[in-house]
Amino acid sequence: MVAFLKNFFKKFVAKLFKRRGAIKLGLYGPPNGGKSTLANRICKDWLGEELSKVSKIAHETREIKIKENVVIKNSDGRELSFNVVDTPGIATKIDYEDFLKAGLSKSVAKRRAKEATKGVIEAIKWLDEMEAVIVVLDATKDPYSQVNITTIGNLAARKIPVLIAGNKIDLKRANIRKIKSAFPQYNVIGISAKYGNNIEELYDELFKLVK
Amino acid sequence: MVTLQVVPYNEIADLTSVGRIRKLLNIAKENKIVLLQGRLKKEEEAELIKATMEEINKEFKGIELSVIYPNISKDTPWFSRFKEGLINSLLGDRTGLTIIGPANVVKSIKKDPKKIELLTKEVKKRRKIKKKRK
Repeated sequence: MVAFLKNFFKKFVAKLFKRRGAIKLGLYGPPNGGKSTLANRICKDWLGEELSKVSKIAHETREIKIKENVVIKNSDGRELSFNVVDTPGIATKIDYEDFLKAGLSKSVAKRRAKEATKGVIEAIKWLDEMEAVIVVLDATKDPYSQVNITTIGNLAARKIPVLIAGNKIDLKRANIRKIKSAFPQYNVIGISAKYGNNIEELYDELFKLVK
Repeated sequence: MVTLQVVPYNEIADLTSVGRIRKLLNIAKENKIVLLQGRLKKEEEAELIKATMEEINKEFKGIELSVIYPNISKDTPWFSRFKEGLINSLLGDRTGLTIIGPANVVKSIKKDPKKIELLTKEVKKRRKIKKKRK
């Protein structure tokens, strides 16, 4: 309730004085969906430098990472400034043995699991801070997972504008239609953050989202 | 053996959000699968995930969570939507079913979206063979 009032007041004051600074843009989603790859793509495109480390092993991003004043231009030449916030993947379970299977040593795997649990808590706490969110889903995976539904539901409850990026369309198993049918009320863009497919379209949709 | 514990909505209706989460999580930590009548609020679901992360340790690896909820679309007659909304706001969200399974027991929950498949893990029992020394 306090968070809701805080958010409402912040938005009200911003609207009242028509002052618009950089928009806090969160990248949310389950682990290994490609949030950090997309954050890197955005930062590389507009700043020439990357933001986060990426890895095939889940929970590589275990703390919030921010790149401030990323100025994005859309196809009409309009410019908007964003603070890009890369968040740890949200999960309901974390087992250090999964990291062992991925080839990490026992001590590293245990530390990673512990940090990952803290990362999930941080990511959820930061939901209230966001002004717009791109939910990054792995298009090769089942979109009906409760983590996806809970994340998007919480953003909707906070009235935060959401754009869904179905990532990894460069892979054969990618199924954007399934994501669209799971979340019919949202705009879903199929992208490949790794290779840059459809990124221009994503930028254009981002402008529509925060207009 | 897998134990399912049914939790009628009445059992959590008068609890605070923290109380609801604690109750459900405590059952899951006993390696039981919770079948809750109705659903938690969206914010409570997020708090449940946060609380779960705080509890993860050597024995408790987290939860699998799934909610089946009747699909109320724009095509649903307005009176049905109004009735549903009124009941939910007065009595709590009793429609649907929430499944919370401890990750030690439940491997995954697949939703498709009206059908739920619950895949459990094989419990490996290590039996110590005691050699009798004569």
